[in-house]
Amino acid sequence: MFWDQAIETIDRAALERLQLQRLQETVRRVAAHVPFYQQKFAELGVKPGDLRSLADLRRLPFTTSADLRANYPTGLLAVPYDDALRLHTSSGTTGKPKALFFSRQDVDNAGELCARSFVATGVTKQDVFQNMMTYGMFTGALVTHYGAEKVGCLVIPAGPGNSERQLMLMQDFRTTFLHVTPSYALYLATFMEEHGVDPRRGLALRKAFVGAEPYTLETCRKIEESLGLDVYNSYGLSEMNGPGVAFECEQKHGMHLWEDHFIAEIIDPQTGETVPEGETGELVMTTLCREAMPLLRYRTRDITSLLTTPCPCGRTHHRLNRIAGRSDDMLIVRGVNLYPQQIERVLMAEPGVGRNYQIALEGLDEMTVKVELEEAGFEAKVEQLMKLQNHLAEKLRSEILVKPRVQLLPPGSLPVSDGKARRVIDNRKL
Amino acid sequence: MKNVKLVAAFAENKPGQVARFTQILAQANINIRWLAVASTGPYGVMKFLVSDPDLACQAFKDKGLIAKLVDALAIEVADKPGGLQTIADCLAGHNINLDNASGFIKNDRAFVVIEVSEHALAREVLQNHGFRVLEQPELPL
Repeated sequence: MFWDQAIETIDRAALERLQLQRLQETVRRVAAHVPFYQQKFAELGVKPGDLRSLADLRRLPFTTSADLRANYPTGLLAVPYDDALRLHTSSGTTGKPKALFFSRQDVDNAGELCARSFVATGVTKQDVFQNMMTYGMFTGALVTHYGAEKVGCLVIPAGPGNSERQLMLMQDFRTTFLHVTPSYALYLATFMEEHGVDPRRGLALRKAFVGAEPYTLETCRKIEESLGLDVYNSYGLSEMNGPGVAFECEQKHGMHLWEDHFIAEIIDPQTGETVPEGETGELVMTTLCREAMPLLRYRTRDITSLLTTPCPCGRTHHRLNRIAGRSDDMLIVRGVNLYPQQIERVLMAEPGVGRNYQIALEGLDEMTVKVELEEAGFEAKVEQLMKLQNHLAEKLRSEILVKPRVQLLPPGSLPVSDGKARRVIDNRKL
Repeated sequence: MKNVKLVAAFAENKPGQVARFTQILAQANINIRWLAVASTGPYGVMKFLVSDPDLACQAFKDKGLIAKLVDALAIEVADKPGGLQTIADCLAGHNINLDNASGFIKNDRAFVVIEVSEHALAREVLQNHGFRVLEQPELPL
């Protein structure tokens, strides 16, 4: 099923012509209206007219999240303030957020890409959509809300949290698909288990779009198993419309990145150079259709790779592999670089432990991985608990090359989050 | 023959843990006859012999705790020196490992509760030696 078959299956040569034309237009506009880019172009000695092929993209400057903060609130706006229709912000852990503006066309496009993405997974107007993302300044909920309305689904703007009400809505309105963060999906599964609800019997759930935090394939399987539905991976960031930037089709093998709206590059985060095709690095994105706030070569900090082989679904847009981590999330422990996702992968593959975990860094580079014990991991012997703890520490060591302390905890000991989970607590005195 | 059931629960090895569990049992109006706590490092396993093991296990689970029922053997012995030793000798003679042993006295009757490596074999051996191995309903709880 397609939402916009012509553009979704456009041949690559035509797609690249379209990209070049839109890129040239975008560059002309920012050169005319955005002082930040005018200055960058001057520093690098590039003019909009120099851009003759897509390969010339590499001559353009990067944009970083620090640039967005430095130009807060309106420095990157490319249209008159009056023409901005919507303001979103992207959460910042410190200081000011990033201000992101949408024009009327931008709002419509963002919804359009979500509609494409939903239909690619088999969603139709018969579906009932319970949206568990946070409504508000965050793009996560509103953009998918518009997308599902375009498809014609019944939309339930539930927002996150209040699991009892979530369950009631699912039961009473026969919800068929969800949009949810991985951590809340896992929490919800536990909640249902505790309340004796078997999602396969009592509910009509078929799919969940899980995103907003990177998660592993093991977590995906765990959500599918415990909620009895199909999980579709999705990728988006507020700087690029929010959700619906890239989405899995029914093949569930990589996320089609809508290349008529974005150009994706994969670079080496240290050198800034493009990596050879298919290799892993940092995703860098350029908007092609954004009016209010176009961004050139935006450093997403997300670590991934691109799949350029044809997809059996017929869509010609290249696919993004699962996000391996965020270069911002990278930890350095005893000189070793590691991502929390590596730890998650090990824990999720272990039947005796639960879904929630926390990485605590203390003292001088001491790492403790805290995880909750599950019934399946309890054999009523204290020696077996020590054995499980040591087994996990050993498994983690072989994955991350540092041997952490492992601490098994009773269920419910670790904080659960309705939004983005805080997995790493760094109290090191280095 | 049905073995006696103990309720085993996972706990952290820190102050206040026993109280946390016993409070749940008290609220559920369950009488504790016998309690064993084993701890190593940061972990503890508590085992309870109670009037209603199924109810107790569920009461723990309802509070989000990890609990399960495990088998044990309860044997009535003479309340005099050497009572436990005759049992231990008998099991050792058949190469059965004694994991845990304790006892209690109720109404002037003495009972030994044991956990062993092979419960069925242990039961048979003990009965062949003339011991009275009790079932759950026969326990004076």
